[in-house]
Amino acid sequence: MSLFTEFTIFVLAIFVGFEVISKVPTTLHTPLMSQTNAIHGIVMLGGLIVLGYADDPLEYLIGTIAVAFGAINIVGGFMVTDRMLGMFAKKPKPKGDADGKGGSAGK
Amino acid sequence: MISLAVLEPGGDAATALYIVSFSLFILGLKQGTHPTTAKRGNLIAAVGMAVAVVTTLLLDGMGNWGYIAIGLVIGSAVGAYASIRVKMTEMPQMVALYNGVGGGAVALIAWSEIRHGISFGEMPLEDLIPTLLAAIIGSVSFWGSNIAFAKLQDLIPTRPLAVPGQQIINAVLGIGVIVLAIIIAINNEPPSQALFILILVCAAILGNLVVLPIGGADMPVVISMLNAFTGLSAAAAGFALQNVALIVAGTLVGSSGTILTMEMATAMNRSVGNILFSGFGGAPAAAAGSGEQRPVTSIGAQDAAIKLAYADNVVIVPGYGLAVAQAQHAVKEMANQLEARGVTVDYAIHPVAGRMPGHMNVLLAEADVPYENLKEMDEINPEMPRVDVAVVIGANDVTNPAAKNDPNSPIAGMPIIEVSQANEVIVIKRSLSTGFAGIDNDLFYEPNTSMLFADAKAAASEVAAEIENL
Repeated sequence: MSLFTEFTIFVLAIFVGFEVISKVPTTLHTPLMSQTNAIHGIVMLGGLIVLGYADDPLEYLIGTIAVAFGAINIVGGFMVTDRMLGMFAKKPKPKGDADGKGGSAGK
Repeated sequence: MISLAVLEPGGDAATALYIVSFSLFILGLKQGTHPTTAKRGNLIAAVGMAVAVVTTLLLDGMGNWGYIAIGLVIGSAVGAYASIRVKMTEMPQMVALYNGVGGGAVALIAWSEIRHGISFGEMPLEDLIPTLLAAIIGSVSFWGSNIAFAKLQDLIPTRPLAVPGQQIINAVLGIGVIVLAIIIAINNEPPSQALFILILVCAAILGNLVVLPIGGADMPVVISMLNAFTGLSAAAAGFALQNVALIVAGTLVGSSGTILTMEMATAMNRSVGNILFSGFGGAPAAAAGSGEQRPVTSIGAQDAAIKLAYADNVVIVPGYGLAVAQAQHAVKEMANQLEARGVTVDYAIHPVAGRMPGHMNVLLAEADVPYENLKEMDEINPEMPRVDVAVVIGANDVTNPAAKNDPNSPIAGMPIIEVSQANEVIVIKRSLSTGFAGIDNDLFYEPNTSMLFADAKAAASEVAAEIENL
């Protein structure tokens, strides 16, 4: 892959990122952040590659720590996001007084 | 050495699978735009991650399976345990920690890449430059995140900690790191490992020094920025490893973090540079004591209950004080009592309520507040004049009318929730003390404001009980 191909991908990804992320409502910014957090755990791929082709003790150590860091990032990030979004996704309770603004005369 | 040996590194099949993976990330993030689809979106992104990881494990020539297994098992176990145990109030430090490990992983990968370059005798600039960038940004992010974590976890003081001549030291470190990188790039046959380690060390000190002077209230900006940094460092690592999944995923995170950083800075009416380099909290405190004693109206829980119970609609304005007092469940109980009497209850959420973007929404969602009732600042402000009672719980600066009325106020121009427009305001607060900005809140002295001096959680429970007894 040439450097220019990589730059093309990079620049397009910036635009896609801004386009998609700016549509996320403030309410969901914390889950968004922890989900993007999990996504930057993609660096674990780099860790796997350097470790998978490593051939001296220091690199085994560096690579293993990098993979462990990446795995914390990925597993923890996606799981905690799931837990958080579960709270938002709770079934909305049937609201009897949905028209509460005008219909509260009975008190 | 056993190799699963299925995919050629950099070959068509591996690249195609990486494209599938980043497409799933984008689809997943797109689903994150609504609370009902966001959970599925997160799953889609997780599947994308699984595709990327499996693809990498299947690359030809991969070995050292024992070490890979150790890293995967330990990391997954730690991540899973932490994500199950973490309290929702602790989400900011959790995110800071994940930013940190991500950045740390990037810095380590860069180090390993440099060692490969050395063993080959030279490293082409198109690999070396992104590797150096990844190392610098990753290292700053790792150490900066650790400091942010320590501050949020109260391991070190959250007030701004400044070293004399800090700006100069930072500038010297920043320039020094770049000069070192240029020296390595010029003498790249082979690149110097000693200088590279010096870069890692300087970037580490820089990461510490940049975050240490930042006060607790500015954490939403810092966390968003570190998030962007880690994303960009991952993208840089993607350039170095010529891995399209890393480039796209890292860039997406970089964009996301950048957007959130700018939004948070706007919500505080300050520039990102001002937040990073000014150590808020010290300077404006002097202005606080100047005011004369002004009369306030103080009420008890019973009076508050009566005001609330006979209102048509109530808006609750929660701040970080509510989270500190763990009062979200008590507040929800109070809202339940009101709703049972036919009162409409909404929640007005300021963008920087909490310690990270959107934090307050998560805390209220945890207490079962339906997201339909969570109103953003711009949505609720036009409705404020029609609100019967606004209840401010643990929020201060974000309700201060001085931001609109007093051009000389340190927070002048900061967008606020305009509670003073409501017919009546009840402020639940321990005392008249100032908020993070260190200035008096004019709201407390307005004629339509009543102060309920108490701990947020105790007060909310008490008011709920009083409403029930009415």
